Amino acid sequence: MQPEYADDKRPAAHSPRAAMLLSLIPGLGQLYNRRYIKGLLMLFFSICLAIALPVPLANGIAGLITLGSDPEIDDSRTLMVEGLLSLIVIVLLAGFYVFNLRDARRDAMNISRGVRIASVRQAFQDSWQHGFPYFIIIPTFIMLVMIVIFPLIFMISLAFTDYSLYNSPPAHLLHWVGFENFKELFTEPLWAKSLLAVLSWTVVWTLLATTLQIALGLFLAVMVNDSRVRFKKLIRTVFILPWAVPSFMTILVLSAMFNDTFGALNVDILSHFGVSIPWLTDPTWARVAIILVQIWLGFPYVFTLFTGVLQSISREWYEAADVDGGTRWNKFRHITFPHLMYATAPLLIMQYAYNFNNFNIIYLFNKGGPPVPGQNSGATDILISWVYSLTFSENSNYKMAAVISIIMGIVVAGFALYQFRRTRSFREEGMY
Amino acid sequence: MGRKFKSRLEVAGIYLVVLVMFAVILYPLLWAAGISLNTGTSLFSAKMIPDNASLDNYRWLFTNPRSDYKIWYRNTVIVALITSVCAVSLVALVGYVISRFRFAGRKYGIYTFLLLQMFPVIMGMVAIYLLFNLVHLLDTFAGLIILYVIGGLPMNVFLVKGYMDTIPRELDESATMDGAGHLRVFFRILLPLSRPILAVVALFTFMAPFMDFLTPRIILRSQEKYTLALGLYNFVNDAFSNNYTIFAAGAILIALPIAVIFIFLQKFLISGLADGATKG
Repeated sequence: MQPEYADDKRPAAHSPRAAMLLSLIPGLGQLYNRRYIKGLLMLFFSICLAIALPVPLANGIAGLITLGSDPEIDDSRTLMVEGLLSLIVIVLLAGFYVFNLRDARRDAMNISRGVRIASVRQAFQDSWQHGFPYFIIIPTFIMLVMIVIFPLIFMISLAFTDYSLYNSPPAHLLHWVGFENFKELFTEPLWAKSLLAVLSWTVVWTLLATTLQIALGLFLAVMVNDSRVRFKKLIRTVFILPWAVPSFMTILVLSAMFNDTFGALNVDILSHFGVSIPWLTDPTWARVAIILVQIWLGFPYVFTLFTGVLQSISREWYEAADVDGGTRWNKFRHITFPHLMYATAPLLIMQYAYNFNNFNIIYLFNKGGPPVPGQNSGATDILISWVYSLTFSENSNYKMAAVISIIMGIVVAGFALYQFRRTRSFREEGMY
Repeated sequence: MGRKFKSRLEVAGIYLVVLVMFAVILYPLLWAAGISLNTGTSLFSAKMIPDNASLDNYRWLFTNPRSDYKIWYRNTVIVALITSVCAVSLVALVGYVISRFRFAGRKYGIYTFLLLQMFPVIMGMVAIYLLFNLVHLLDTFAGLIILYVIGGLPMNVFLVKGYMDTIPRELDESATMDGAGHLRVFFRILLPLSRPILAVVALFTFMAPFMDFLTPRIILRSQEKYTLALGLYNFVNDAFSNNYTIFAAGAILIALPIAVIFIFLQKFLISGLADGATKG
């Protein structure tokens, strides 16, 4: 017989399960846990939200599903924006709700284990202590969701609608069309041909322009680093100029210099040799020109990066190689080059990602042109500039721009995956 | 003798390559400078070494009643200053929290940041336009500033977090022992110690509005609200050959200070960037 025992243990009967069940209405579980201020605040806010939100949220979701019924009243785009925002709000609220349930359970478990409940004052300090990161992160995260994540979701959604110049709000309503646009992109000859051309040029451009700018940067860095060369500081300062001057301006200047009829390159230099090259109107020459310009713009970054690493390679390595009678080429191949690559590989890979998305040079240099017959993309268009011109040119085709964005996003996510793997977080969990 | 000769020949070869590179680098820059001194406005008649050089174009930018250059300059400086101050404050605080605190969702938060910094702004522009239209932020500086601050947030937070990770934890732990609160630790210890990387962030966010023409092109509508880059771009874009010399003059006035700052701070910038990038 142990009746007194049970009486003694009464506080232990405080049930986490009951706290969680009560917290189905946020705040009640906290009150049950005797966290009065927290409980009242949560109860108050959840009642407010319960009164204010359901109707607009339901309307938002309904609008997202139907995209409007009467073009006189409804603007499908606004309905989509509101609908997606409602969706995001619902997800966020669901997150808070789960948080509330777990919070009630955790507190109840603490109580049943006999942890003393904090006084109100203590609780206040506690919430500042433990809540501090949340006070900073949650508002930031919400802003990030609005400005960065929401637009991406919206773009993805557009790919499944029939939004184009001929069917654009406010005169028309939009409709969900499933994978219709994807099918059109891959099967319609005009689109399929353009897509193939743009995709292959994007790959060639990314690989060629980036590799060449790295090669030039490497070549120059090794040469200037030679101990016999003087005026190093002057040389390095001039070499950094193309990076220092805003590229937005230099691209426009270079574009004018490459102009077929009155550009300085044809008029002042090549005319001496009796040639005139159609830099901006011939597809192949335009591609050559744009790669040359990118090398001009991009090598200083690589050059500076390599110069920094070269100065940090210990002399002893080379002295040891001298003792072994290593040739210069051997020293480069077995000491310099591996050092450079080891120290900078992640940054160099990111240069490839950067050029893959290098909208500025393509658009400012020649707006993706020259145009190619039988295609709705220009000869130098890469994916991102194609998306831009499909979105903002006279015959906008938003749905297709959205579909191509998704393809682009997949490639970008691939680069990001590489980033994930190389960060220490993956290997050394303790660092984070 | 033969060896010495060979060595001299090599050095001469290196100098030759350097000289060729000098020519290739400086030619476009000097050409732009020369064009800006021409008296006519069209590119067709402009020469790199003008027959009668004058500063007319520069004068036109500042004195002609049809020129909005001064207004654009003011707009850009306002936007750049506010962006820079807001970005640095926010980034420092968020970087501090991510670097020093363990909280629910932290790991996935970091992954989200990493992923987001890869996506170009262009992909979401249609949505941003519609969203800003809905909340009346189109054609306002506030809209532009919000985009710059939040859009650049993932990348900048990464730089700062990476840098703060290298500051020994013992410093703030001992301060906490002495009874310092979170904000005190932040203001007294981490903020001063991470000044170098914050300076990099401040400079980059300050310079971005001077160089970016795309975001203002989507957000801003009225000409008196243009920033420099957008205004200058329209000089070239509206009628290619007509305002080219004025564009060149206006561009040089922006490029010069930026290039000078960049060259003075290059060591600083590069080490900061490389640190943040490799230690992320």
